[in-house]
Amino acid sequence: MLSQIIAVTGVNIRSIPARFGSSTVAVIGIAGVVLVFVAVLSIAEGVAATMKASGDPGLVLILRAGSDTEMTSGLAGDAVRVIQDAPGIARDSAGAPMTSPELFVVVDHPLKRSGTAANVPLRGVSPEAFKVHERLKIVEGRNLEFGKNEIIAGRAATRQFVNLNVGTKLTWGENTWTLVGVFEEGGSVSESELWCDVKVLQPAYRRGNSYQSVYARLSSPDSFQQLKDSLTSNPQLTVSAMRAPDYYGSQTETLQGIIRTIGGIIAVLMGIGAVFGAVITMYTAVASRTREIATLRALGFGSVPVVVSVIVEAVLLGIVGGVIGGAIAWFAFDGFETATMNFQSFSQIAFKFAVTPQLLTTALMISLVMGIAGGLLPAIRAARLPVVTALREL
Amino acid sequence: MKFLPIVWRNLLRRKFRTFFTIGAIFFAFLLFGVLMAIKSAFAMGVDMAGQGRLMVIDKVSIINPLPASYEQQIRQIEGVTDITHANWFGGYYQDVRNQFATFATDPESWLRVYPKEFEVPEDQKKAWIADRTGAIVGADTAKKYGWKVGQRVPIQGTIYQRPDRGPWEFTIDGIYDSKIKGADKTNLLFNYQFLRETIPAQSGFRDRYNWYVFTVADPDRAPEIAAKIDAMFANSPSETKTNTEKAFVSEWSKQVGDIGKIMMWIVAMAMFTILLVAGNTMAQAIRERTNELAVLKTLGFTEGRILSLVLLESIAIAIVGGGLGLALSYAFITIGGDPTHGLLPAFFFPTPQIIVGVLLVLGLGIASGFFPAWQASRLRIVDALRRN
Repeated sequence: MLSQIIAVTGVNIRSIPARFGSSTVAVIGIAGVVLVFVAVLSIAEGVAATMKASGDPGLVLILRAGSDTEMTSGLAGDAVRVIQDAPGIARDSAGAPMTSPELFVVVDHPLKRSGTAANVPLRGVSPEAFKVHERLKIVEGRNLEFGKNEIIAGRAATRQFVNLNVGTKLTWGENTWTLVGVFEEGGSVSESELWCDVKVLQPAYRRGNSYQSVYARLSSPDSFQQLKDSLTSNPQLTVSAMRAPDYYGSQTETLQGIIRTIGGIIAVLMGIGAVFGAVITMYTAVASRTREIATLRALGFGSVPVVVSVIVEAVLLGIVGGVIGGAIAWFAFDGFETATMNFQSFSQIAFKFAVTPQLLTTALMISLVMGIAGGLLPAIRAARLPVVTALREL
Repeated sequence: MKFLPIVWRNLLRRKFRTFFTIGAIFFAFLLFGVLMAIKSAFAMGVDMAGQGRLMVIDKVSIINPLPASYEQQIRQIEGVTDITHANWFGGYYQDVRNQFATFATDPESWLRVYPKEFEVPEDQKKAWIADRTGAIVGADTAKKYGWKVGQRVPIQGTIYQRPDRGPWEFTIDGIYDSKIKGADKTNLLFNYQFLRETIPAQSGFRDRYNWYVFTVADPDRAPEIAAKIDAMFANSPSETKTNTEKAFVSEWSKQVGDIGKIMMWIVAMAMFTILLVAGNTMAQAIRERTNELAVLKTLGFTEGRILSLVLLESIAIAIVGGGLGLALSYAFITIGGDPTHGLLPAFFFPTPQIIVGVLLVLGLGIASGFFPAWQASRLRIVDALRRN
């Protein structure tokens, strides 16, 4: 039995080049499905990866209660001082709390890819920000001088928007700013932003002495509950506290929802379509070999080896298609950087397409399933062919 | 037409293959329909935005509201026929995931500026204008949450907070609808005066609007009027950016950017692949029968007749598969609506794309049948009969 299987399968596989045309069509079909599947989901993975890089687990974000993003939050200067004295916040060597009150606005600036205006996040920070956001480092130019109209830009922002180079002067409304440096923060969302001195930004946006968020570094990983309880039970405050990873996870729910829903629909429809494609391809392959198969059967080969050989061939084509599709997706899309509108923060967020190993594994599994599904029906048909009729067929 | 039975028998001779070919084409066109709806959703109604309407926002960013005094100044410019304003409210119903576009406006002028986009029955319109805490809501949103006219609904504000921090209570005075295909029927609009009461005067945000919308008598003069307005407010603390509504909407859709384009590209490729496979099979089915066609020729069938018989067969397969696919995607999009539940309000099947779909179906049928049939018809009967 086994020797029969091996023999028939061997014949099948060796004869693939003879049926090069139809085999190529099957491989292209499956490669196309895998490519699309990987490409669409790598967008969602990329957004998720950026958000993950942003969520420093040692950081807590404090917003006004009821606000779901920094954009819609608001905290008065007095409230910020109360927050800074809360227990559970780490203190630096001088004993000052490691907190960073920040103001988050958006300004219009042209995108490189379209030349039209888009919302760039502009974040006002105080000197403490650079202690709280530990991973941030200046990679070009220098850091801000506080009290001046100076700006530093995130690495991703400089790639997505026009004219964000060190030394450039930027005018928004009555304020002119000088871009003095470029920063990186381990691939986080802040790299899509511009940062400036909050004390300069407040009057420019008529914000008085108010802020939108406070970032605080926890004194220990376990002190979050203590900090949260003390803030939410304080009658002077109406705020909510979230760990940074949770906050950033929630920030792109909408965007990821759109991508994953659409991606899911597309992948399912395409998958079924491709199985149909694989079925007809294998069917054509079997049909064109009807006489060959009948001859084998007449020689005494069982029906099981015939079934197995057809399925093995289909699976093989499936895997080849899967590998080709995955490889193209990898080379074409992995690391490709673009930006889109994040509806929740009302501003542009830059991210890189991420073709992850899990994604590729899933894609290969899909191509395998498509191969099996595509080969099964034609295989059964081949095995059930009545020998005499089949021999007479053209 | 008397040869239709031949076509029919040919289609049935390999039922299995015919079925799966039709199936593959069906899914390709189902995909096509969904793809077109996604495309129109990502364009966010660029095609629907009014040419005769212009928008004014703060030059630095739409988040900086403009003074209320601008309304009178803009209205007095020659060529401006009407003006209204809006503030982005950013509300949700019960759960933060239930978000829909909510803005505060002046009811009377809003309905004058958007008569077709926001159609409200006359009595409901009157009720809303007279009701300080009233709101109108789009038919889609009303249906989703089961809201009826006269009902009071609590909406939680994310930007604007009530002094008691509770939810805002609006009375649904009307439900708007629109005959425009793909119109956004998910919004909730309420009276700005209700919002104004809660904004402290010293905050600097009272009597300021996120944007103005105005209509002009002659759309050709729009650029000139826009330039005039921007010049009027130049060098003031609130400089303006004025452009047609269409320009703003297209700028907005460009902010969403490449993602829509990339998805389109990918799906187009997918569809092409499936069609390639299906087309190849159809061609194969005819190639197999070369000597049969030769027999027909021997019997006296003309080349033209053979060609049309073969074409009829492949077009029939394409029409059944593609037609069903287009029809189902149309039903799915029109009846099922937005699959993301409110994230893509303008989710519909654009008419020109339906025509493109139908043309594609016919093109597939002709292309996959024509070449093998043409090849067969050119063969000498003797050679064709000897084949295989």
